[in-house]
Amino acid sequence: MYEYLETAEQPENLKRVAVDPVSRVEGHGKVSLLLDENNNIKQVRLHIVEFRGFEKFIQGRPYWELPVLVQRLCGICPVSHHLAAAKAIDQLVGIDPATLPVSADKLRRLLHFGQVLQSHALHFFHLASPDLLYGFESDIGKRNILAVLGDYPDIGLQGVKLRKYGQEVIRMVSGKRIHGSGAVAGGMNKALSRAERDYLLEDIAQIINWAEAAVALVKKVHTSNPSYYDNFATIRSNYLGLIKPSGALELYHGGIRVKNERGETLIDQFDYCHYTDIIHEEVRSWSYMKFPFLTSLGTDMGWYRVGPLARINNCDFIDTPLAESARMDFKQHADEAIVHSTLAFHWARMIELLHCAESIRLLLNDPDIMGAELLAKGERRFEGIGVIEAPRGALFHHYQVDENDIVTKANLIVSTTSNNMGMNESVRQVAAEYLSGRELTEPLLNNLEVAIRAYDPCLSCATHAVGKMPLQVELLDAAGRQIDHLTRHSNGKFERANQ
Amino acid sequence: MRDTINIDGRNIPFEDGQTIIEAATAAGVYIPHLCHKPGYSPHGSCKLCTVNVNGRNCSACTFPAASGQTVLNNRRDLTEDRQRLTQMLFVEGNHFCPSCEKSGNCQLQAVAYALHMLDNHFPHFYPQREIDASHPEILLERNRCIFCNLCVRASQEKDGKNVFAISGRGINKHLIVNSASGYLKDSDIEIDDQAVHVCPTGAILIKRTGYQIPIGQRIYDHQTISEAALQQECADGE
Repeated sequence: MYEYLETAEQPENLKRVAVDPVSRVEGHGKVSLLLDENNNIKQVRLHIVEFRGFEKFIQGRPYWELPVLVQRLCGICPVSHHLAAAKAIDQLVGIDPATLPVSADKLRRLLHFGQVLQSHALHFFHLASPDLLYGFESDIGKRNILAVLGDYPDIGLQGVKLRKYGQEVIRMVSGKRIHGSGAVAGGMNKALSRAERDYLLEDIAQIINWAEAAVALVKKVHTSNPSYYDNFATIRSNYLGLIKPSGALELYHGGIRVKNERGETLIDQFDYCHYTDIIHEEVRSWSYMKFPFLTSLGTDMGWYRVGPLARINNCDFIDTPLAESARMDFKQHADEAIVHSTLAFHWARMIELLHCAESIRLLLNDPDIMGAELLAKGERRFEGIGVIEAPRGALFHHYQVDENDIVTKANLIVSTTSNNMGMNESVRQVAAEYLSGRELTEPLLNNLEVAIRAYDPCLSCATHAVGKMPLQVELLDAAGRQIDHLTRHSNGKFERANQ
Repeated sequence: MRDTINIDGRNIPFEDGQTIIEAATAAGVYIPHLCHKPGYSPHGSCKLCTVNVNGRNCSACTFPAASGQTVLNNRRDLTEDRQRLTQMLFVEGNHFCPSCEKSGNCQLQAVAYALHMLDNHFPHFYPQREIDASHPEILLERNRCIFCNLCVRASQEKDGKNVFAISGRGINKHLIVNSASGYLKDSDIEIDDQAVHVCPTGAILIKRTGYQIPIGQRIYDHQTISEAALQQECADGE
């Protein structure tokens, strides 16, 4: 692996290059490189440079605010935070997933499938497809969704419409496309009407067709240059995610399964309410993002990856036919039990997109989805833990409240946090294998961003730069003097100032 | 022939003892307000109902209607003053509509929309205010209190109690609870008291009921505050 690149043995007199901020991801991060006089890379770090503080400022708030308050963490996956918090506060009113009313459970699943569908579509088509369609080191002017819409209008429009459909599912269930309400402690606040159900059914066949086309597209891209796609940014890791009791892919509720890099199951059907027994978080001085790890394996060996690749690797099957067929096709591509290719995140993501579309159709045709019994209540508790498979991976919400209903303690392990080490390792792999010893240029630096983008990181909230965020790269000589300075302005223009 | 006042060019009848806002409401004319509520003694503190009467500004909720008055209400300068007053209410407290359970049912939020308030204009005070969650059924969220005094009046005039009062002056003004400990749990407030249900913002809430009204079915999801106020207050006034 590439951990030797985390900290240079002698950082003094090394040149520093920063990619700041990383673009076409959610939130703000930067990559810093330290190079010697021959451009050999000695240190690579992905820094998460912003601090949100949600865990602190939700303390002192009444618990029923949580699903609506914490969803403001993100504008892309707010539903995941909404539902993870709702699952946690269900427990505060004595309700567990097994005792949640059937219609409320299915409405939440519908909401979640809509959310994962729109988030996956957004990431693949709007953010990642320019790299995949034009090439990682292609003209900067091409690396955005508008260029995709111009050159590949069918693909671009399908992406936009897939996302729109997912947003409409969310709107029908929660009242708004972004930051609605819906889930409350012990259930849901509104039944799906027949008119709303019928409205969503109108387009679902087309959505499934487009989702199938998306899987075919990503497979074509991946297999057109298999050795490159299999090796770029690829690292071997453990994988963690929720799983159905049957071993099927699960996004809303299940037990924790962990597989190691050889595909051996280390943990299975583990009750997430005891997650602190298996997962701890490490803090490092150079990032605001923590480094979770499996306690049984320790900090060095216990890091793991989450998200679409983890879920497709971990599950035994998918319980919708088209997605299952796509999964089997995907697994045949690898010559071992686990697919470690980081770029295969995209492929796995589109398989899940297809699964979401199929699942939405099943739920819309289920009479329970329009059921009116939506709330339940049990015996009061003072601690709640909710875990859900967000688009980017397992998301943990953990709250404690006092006798007056006020939150006293909160812990969130957000999906991207779990991929912290994975992203750092992938960036180091690209730096070591593709950049070290070469003169750094903007197209070359995009390789680092491609590696990060594969994880679809949600570094904080939902700021989408669509490839035009301001970017500055500084090249310093061994004495620390700036010898080169490259600026990408927000209008996409480049400016180089040799000094 | 009944006596009339003229509001924005329209002659409106009034009865002896009516204030300008009462006469206006009865005639279907909306004057923005927050601290006024039909059936409650006038307070005149929020100043949103400021109108111009015969050349002088005054509070429509306290000023008696009198024959021959020429009242200016729906005027740009008055709307701008009302917008500034509303902005001050927002920055003096801690009003975070996106996560507030009163959103969609909140008069402060609705009146801000009605006045086309697009920003807070003034710097936020971010005051430190204490939440009182001690009562098993009722939450006192002082961050959202706008000192309209309605809970004070409701407790005294409707409930025959004396649970709430406004204490302190200026920026140190705050809502206090009449109990030995100062906490709501030790007061004689009960969940059916009108004081619990009268708050125009989210300062006094029934616990564990937030967000149960879906988006789309909240009061101001489908009508403006002027429509809702005229509908409700005409009914209350009858």
